[in-house]
Amino acid sequence: MAADKVDPIHQFHINPIVPIHVGGYDLSFTNSSLFMVVAVVVASGFLFFATSGRALVPTRMQSMAEMTYDFVASMLRDAAGNQGMKFFPFVFSLFMFVLTANLLGLFPYFFTVTSHIIITFSLALLVIGIVIVYGFAKHGFRFLKLFVPSGVPLVLMPLVVAIEIVSFVSRPVSLSVRLFANMLAGHITLKVFSGFVVSLGAMGVAGMAGAVLPLAMAVALSALELLVAALQAYVFAVLTCMYLNDALHPSH
Amino acid sequence: MAGSKRPDGTGETSPGHQRRADDRDDDLERRRRELEASLATRLPDRLEGENGTTKAAGVGYAQAFKLSSEFIAGIAVGAGIGWFVDRMAGTSPWGLIVFLLLGFGAGILNVLRSAGLVAEFGQGDKPRPKK
Repeated sequence: MAADKVDPIHQFHINPIVPIHVGGYDLSFTNSSLFMVVAVVVASGFLFFATSGRALVPTRMQSMAEMTYDFVASMLRDAAGNQGMKFFPFVFSLFMFVLTANLLGLFPYFFTVTSHIIITFSLALLVIGIVIVYGFAKHGFRFLKLFVPSGVPLVLMPLVVAIEIVSFVSRPVSLSVRLFANMLAGHITLKVFSGFVVSLGAMGVAGMAGAVLPLAMAVALSALELLVAALQAYVFAVLTCMYLNDALHPSH
Repeated sequence: MAGSKRPDGTGETSPGHQRRADDRDDDLERRRRELEASLATRLPDRLEGENGTTKAAGVGYAQAFKLSSEFIAGIAVGAGIGWFVDRMAGTSPWGLIVFLLLGFGAGILNVLRSAGLVAEFGQGDKPRPKK
């Protein structure tokens, strides 16, 4: 009976919770907004309560918070040097938001904020916007040397510069597509395999025996999804650090 | 009696405390640095140990996703720019053709760059340091 109700895409529907319409624009508070708020509250609440003790010998929670801090700090220092540390609050907030949103999405019946490209693309645009604004503010037009590799013959220069510019513009796209596609594909796969369990289970004893296979697969996929959720947050933060490095040092 | 309770009267207790606190801080600082140094020597081993078994599948999957998204992003952006140029300048279909080819080139460049085979942005012929 539940078999025909399995719809792997249904979990990504956006439903307005508090409808708000301003001047023809739909600004409703949706389930997506709700889970963004939840992600922010969970992330900041975790860090606030974990660090409120400030013990010299940290508790488990404080240790986790300090490890996350150290992890992001060393990542940023490796990629962008000590100058990059002025972007630490930005990178850390971004990492915590993406990580929390990914992990929250793993709970059954929870909405995955990062499975919508508009969310990840906005985050990527924010990153690339900061890179461009900061790059021009700090280096002026020397920032454009980013697009001119040294040691290229003059004849090839226009072609190379055009390719470099397209490559630069494609960065926010690939950054956002990667996060969004990973989360979307993972959740759909998980849903499809769980759906197999339900529809096979409805087919009597033989189906029950067969349902063990997709069930085992769903368990394995949940573990993989946990890895992917953490890995993609890490990849997003690492690439942010690398792009910020370009803004700080356009010509090495 | 009253004087013994006042720290200002003697002027000895507080500097003593101060010095001891400094000593302790120095000691802690030194031990922390030693710990960091010994951690730094051990860290690569530990990471490689983890890579060996469980992470191999996840990392390969992530790598595949990374490279394909880089390539697709290059082409998509090239097509997008071409379409926009055509729309603005009315040069259809030449903008799309030219920028799609450029986007293809940029996609290849993205893939090679994220695989660490080509120099980073603005670095010329200097390849990216291997990790």
